[in-house]
Amino acid sequence: MSQALKELGGLIAAKRADCVVTWSVAHGELTVEVAPANIRGLVDFLKTEPTCRFTSLVDITAVDHPERAKRFDVVYHFLSMYQNHRIRLKAAVREDESVPSIVSVHPSANWFEREVFDMFGILFSGHPDLRRILTDYGFRGYPLRKDFPTTGYTEVRYDEAQKRVVYEPVSLVQEYRQFDFMSPWEGAHYVLPGDEKTDEAK
Amino acid sequence: MMDGTNQFGDAQTGEQKIRNFNINFGPQHPAAHGVLRLVLELDGEIVDRCDPHIGLLHRGTEKLMESRTYLQNLPYFDRLDYVAPMNQEHAWCLAIEKLTGVEVPRRASLIRVLFCEIGRVLNHLLNVTTQAMDVGALTPPLWGFEEREKLMIFYERACGARLHAAYFRPGGVHQDLPADLLDDIDAWADAFPAVLDDIDGLLTENRIFKQRNCDIGVVTEEEIQQWGFSGVMVRGSGLAWDLRRAQPYECYDEFDFRIPVGKNGDCYDRYLVRMEEMRQSVSIIRQAIAKLKMPENKGDVLARGKITPPPRGEMKTSMEALIHHFKLYTEGFRVPEGEVYAAVEAPKGEFGVYLVADGTNRPYRAKLRAPGYLHLQAMDHVASGHQLADVAAIIGTMDIVFGEVDR
Repeated sequence: MSQALKELGGLIAAKRADCVVTWSVAHGELTVEVAPANIRGLVDFLKTEPTCRFTSLVDITAVDHPERAKRFDVVYHFLSMYQNHRIRLKAAVREDESVPSIVSVHPSANWFEREVFDMFGILFSGHPDLRRILTDYGFRGYPLRKDFPTTGYTEVRYDEAQKRVVYEPVSLVQEYRQFDFMSPWEGAHYVLPGDEKTDEAK
Repeated sequence: MMDGTNQFGDAQTGEQKIRNFNINFGPQHPAAHGVLRLVLELDGEIVDRCDPHIGLLHRGTEKLMESRTYLQNLPYFDRLDYVAPMNQEHAWCLAIEKLTGVEVPRRASLIRVLFCEIGRVLNHLLNVTTQAMDVGALTPPLWGFEEREKLMIFYERACGARLHAAYFRPGGVHQDLPADLLDDIDAWADAFPAVLDDIDGLLTENRIFKQRNCDIGVVTEEEIQQWGFSGVMVRGSGLAWDLRRAQPYECYDEFDFRIPVGKNGDCYDRYLVRMEEMRQSVSIIRQAIAKLKMPENKGDVLARGKITPPPRGEMKTSMEALIHHFKLYTEGFRVPEGEVYAAVEAPKGEFGVYLVADGTNRPYRAKLRAPGYLHLQAMDHVASGHQLADVAAIIGTMDIVFGEVDR
């Protein structure tokens, strides 16, 4: 299985050297890193090339790495029902960069790209209808970015006096705590309560 | 011109001015299967455009998962497609097992297959019967829900919960089955085909049911590829694509089952495929029970190691086991750095998990790929040109559950 994937990766890299940055096979899955500008051409190539035939789009998503200069990884998954194999494409993009939309090649990319825009704020150029999809009407911010708090910024309740639903800034009775349960002897990057006094004592 | 176009700009009365009519279908509509809002543009009775507004059940599962440990995340999967909860858990467990390289014990693997197939019957029973209700029949859901009740009692006896099971765990299943459960499931599997025949007799040759479903929502092979369909939406159109067969996971390759396919790709064929899949699932359930009863398949149900708890008795007597138990349920286990995509053939189609792990005890990013999301996306394409009344039949046949579409 992974031998066939290696051959496939080599073939794609050889035929489309302008698009492919690197490729690898890990856990029995083929991952190809591509340049975002060329994504549409490569997807079209993968769809039509007889040895690939990645005709069905499985998923588009993104991963946020705030510490990197190219902050987002846009990740595409494709499946070929004819050749029975899968591929993953990854394109690293900066926050201010837009990605070419692949709706013209795969109509099913429409909602996936809307979702990525909704959750991460990545713009897709050439998308026919780039609206928010999962969040509330009039929502602000991009929830799946790492700098967006899990609690969000606004909360909703029904106001008995005004007889309507009102939006208010989140007020937490107790500070929201992120438990990470990491062992303090290995890996935890925070000062344990009380430990700050050890420096004062010296 | 006498065709109604006003090319000379004559004055027209209100009745002569024809414009399309926009209506909201949902969010509170019994045939919308949850909180779906469709903005329909109607030309008389014909649907011109259909714009689904989703997200009314969005709970931010993917965001919540990033701040919880791998084990704490497992119950979220029951709440995605709440009609067949264990199939979703399965994808999460497979993703973790793929990254950590854990081998699932034989008995746990068989139990997983058994309960995945029960989940498939649960899902298809609900879908087939409520779709019949959407097109005007009331009896099938009453009969179907009786069987669902029995199956959910099997769920409860295995794990303590009727719906939110949290039974599949990374490395196996939570506990072994109680002694007499296998016999009871076997007895149910003997009786169930007769119930299926009853539902079959109610619907398959029913004139109204056929009028409402035949040639409605026809999907071709090309459309399947364009819109990324999976599951019954593919098999109803004649493609024998099933992940259990094409990319076998768990121990499905040892089971003997057939993949039913439709011919016309309409709602009626998809109904027939679902009915036949239930019969195949019952056959797989029988085979799994027979295998589970074999003496060589008795044994532990968890791969004992870093990612699973120690046996209860050992925890009570050994200090090391107690520490391990405590650390596992507070800090959780760590998953090595890497990214995987694990997919299962859920009853609705391909349910996948894309997991990015950074080596800590929590997932860096988890993307849940729900089949219903793509099916609903094609609603505009499939429903355009149909009558308004067919919209309910198409939503029914696409098998939409909002828990997984909105996440």
